[in-house]
Amino acid sequence: MTFINYASREINCKIVYYGPGLCGKTTNLQHIYDATAPQAKGKLISLATDTDRTLFFDFMPLELGTVRGFKTRFHLYTVPGQVFYEASRKLILKGVDGVVFVADSQEERMDANYESLYNLEENLKAHGYDLMKIPYVLQLNKRDLPNIIPAPDLTAELQKKGEPVVEAVASTGVGVFDTLKAVAKQVLTELRKS
Amino acid sequence: MPILIREQRYHHIKALLARLRLDASARVVVLVEKDGQQIAAHGEVGALDTTSLASLVAGNVAATGGMAKLIGEKEFPTLSHEGDKESIHISVIGRVLLVVVFDQRSSLGLVKLRSKQVSQELAEAFAQIERDSEPAGAVSSLPFSEITDEEIDSLFVQN
Repeated sequence: MTFINYASREINCKIVYYGPGLCGKTTNLQHIYDATAPQAKGKLISLATDTDRTLFFDFMPLELGTVRGFKTRFHLYTVPGQVFYEASRKLILKGVDGVVFVADSQEERMDANYESLYNLEENLKAHGYDLMKIPYVLQLNKRDLPNIIPAPDLTAELQKKGEPVVEAVASTGVGVFDTLKAVAKQVLTELRKS
Repeated sequence: MPILIREQRYHHIKALLARLRLDASARVVVLVEKDGQQIAAHGEVGALDTTSLASLVAGNVAATGGMAKLIGEKEFPTLSHEGDKESIHISVIGRVLLVVVFDQRSSLGLVKLRSKQVSQELAEAFAQIERDSEPAGAVSSLPFSEITDEEIDSLFVQN
């Protein structure tokens, strides 16, 4: 749910990174955090297990700049990817303005991609959203690994509605900001429509 | 539809929070929307990261709300976390969460009482914000309806 505060001249939007376990959602946020100037970001909060698996969510606020005198701030969240964290994963989608689906390009993770994408659609529906209508980007992550599915094939399998598809290597930052830009642009364009 | 917070409403909410802070002898008072967006904060904010606090409070309330449903409750209307020196009290007021951070200068009992006393006024103030945000009243005055692609692109050039 976008918040527009006329007193503090701020627009606040919520973007959620979704995807199967170990696909690189937290790594996306970590790269954005590391590569952003201190004044443009808040703390990166990670609610993770002792083994650095996301337990509840990661969160960081990011300020992009000013439009028409309003500061635009994006609240970036990840969900826990592991299947058994379903209940908490669903909670994070509440009030979402845009979604990034981080797909794992490795052949052996294809079933996990399908399952997570289906789960995303279902959980969005539970909150009254339609994946076909909300701002959405598909990121094909881990393009540097040897056993990956060719990008056109992966796109053909996972693309839902002609959404932007970004090839990425989140661990080195490749495609991370392109993904963020693609989803943020859709969110702001949506604001124009409303 | 976006939620629009007009200046007048914002200052009204800030005034309510200021009164609560005084009455409850609290350190900081924050109003948060259930999805994790901070609406307003008042008090000795200093180095306190209220944006992160808002997000974590919303996560906390969402998680305990999930637990409530599992045991057949609708929700837990209040949550308290007591530390050695600093404590937090959270009240669920419809779609907003009232967060009071307090120390030894106050007590949980006083904070609970004062939070409850102001909750009706805060609920009404937020209901008014929701009415302001309804399509009929909002669209014509939105500053972004004429935003250009170039303006959106410029945000990413700055970074």
